[in-house]
Amino acid sequence: MTPAGSLLTADGLRKAYGPTTALDGAAFSIHPGEVVAVMGPSGSGKSTLLHCLAGIVRPDAGEITYNGRSLTGMSDAALSALRRSEFGFVFQFGQLVPELTCLENVALPLRLNGAKRKDAERTALSWMERLEVDDVRDKRPGQASGGQGQRVAVARSLVTNPRVLFADEPTGALDSLNGERVMELLTDAARSTHAAVVLVTHETRVAAYSDREVVVRDGKSRDMERLV
Amino acid sequence: MCIVLRMSIGHTLLGLLESGPRHGYDLKRAFDEKFGHDKPLHYGQVYSTMSRLLKNGLVEVDGVEAGGGPERKRYAITEAGITDVQRWLATPEKPEPYLQSTLYTKVVLALLTHRDAADILDTQRAEHLRLMRILTDRKRKGDLADQLICDHALFHLEADLRWLELTSARLGKLAKEVLPS
Repeated sequence: MTPAGSLLTADGLRKAYGPTTALDGAAFSIHPGEVVAVMGPSGSGKSTLLHCLAGIVRPDAGEITYNGRSLTGMSDAALSALRRSEFGFVFQFGQLVPELTCLENVALPLRLNGAKRKDAERTALSWMERLEVDDVRDKRPGQASGGQGQRVAVARSLVTNPRVLFADEPTGALDSLNGERVMELLTDAARSTHAAVVLVTHETRVAAYSDREVVVRDGKSRDMERLV
Repeated sequence: MCIVLRMSIGHTLLGLLESGPRHGYDLKRAFDEKFGHDKPLHYGQVYSTMSRLLKNGLVEVDGVEAGGGPERKRYAITEAGITDVQRWLATPEKPEPYLQSTLYTKVVLALLTHRDAADILDTQRAEHLRLMRILTDRKRKGDLADQLICDHALFHLEADLRWLELTSARLGKLAKEVLPS
């Protein structure tokens, strides 16, 4: 079943790591411009769901469709190209390259896609301004605060104008105030570019920035929207 | 507040009747044992509630023991009563601080009547998050005073949600404790 107008859908996803079942028939769908929170207890399978949706992990069974194309039948090279061009990623720890400046970090995805340095850095700087971290452009990630570093990571994830942004516990390492600011800026930026956001979080205050919530328990998903 | 309490007692007594007809004093004992640790019911509350339920067609008198008196009546739940309990259990509570006791009652009653207790918790969770979204949106658009007021409510709702998640994870254990072995 594919909800009409969905950008990314998954159905009947199963994934096991050895004897441990991570996903047991999970389903998911998201529309362009929608922010969907994926919640659930530790070990429930929510990160595995995100990794499958993003084409990082191949499910053992089930179907994933992105923009009308089946992800499950794609080659590794095609998946990798899709991730680079259409998807953006933010993780709990920014995973910025420590040797590069913050500006170079944000510009990196554009440079990897073949953009010239000047062009890449100009676009990167406009994203840093939007995320209110242009003042750390020449600093290395180690010289920025945790909140600033995470906002640099968000800027980097959005610099290629992805159609889907995957955020796995993006505020997990931040205090409340910094976490909320990151969520405000992240969701504002994603909505303005009409990107869909798959937001994995265990914090309900972070999930409250979403439009809809999917709960994963024991590898099964439940769309909470249908309960209200 | 008083009306909410009365409504809640009525539904709880109805739920307790689902497992079979009972006398008023038996209902009071079952209520106190399961939900009235701090506040046992008065006999008067039981009988006034039962006569209201009787009047509304939610229970019927199943038998009267010799000796007369209202306390001798045995009540049975009607089909309309079962529907009423079902509706009450399926309707999420208005999110507000310290509503856990009502939710706890709903969860235990669902287990006792073999309904889906996890569903009740999930419905409540969705209702809480719906309100959290509204407050978060108001906070984003508001001034500092709005932000502080909304934050206070958000922290309370977050605590409720933690309790919902924890209870959800412990349903199996709770079922073993409340269901007769």
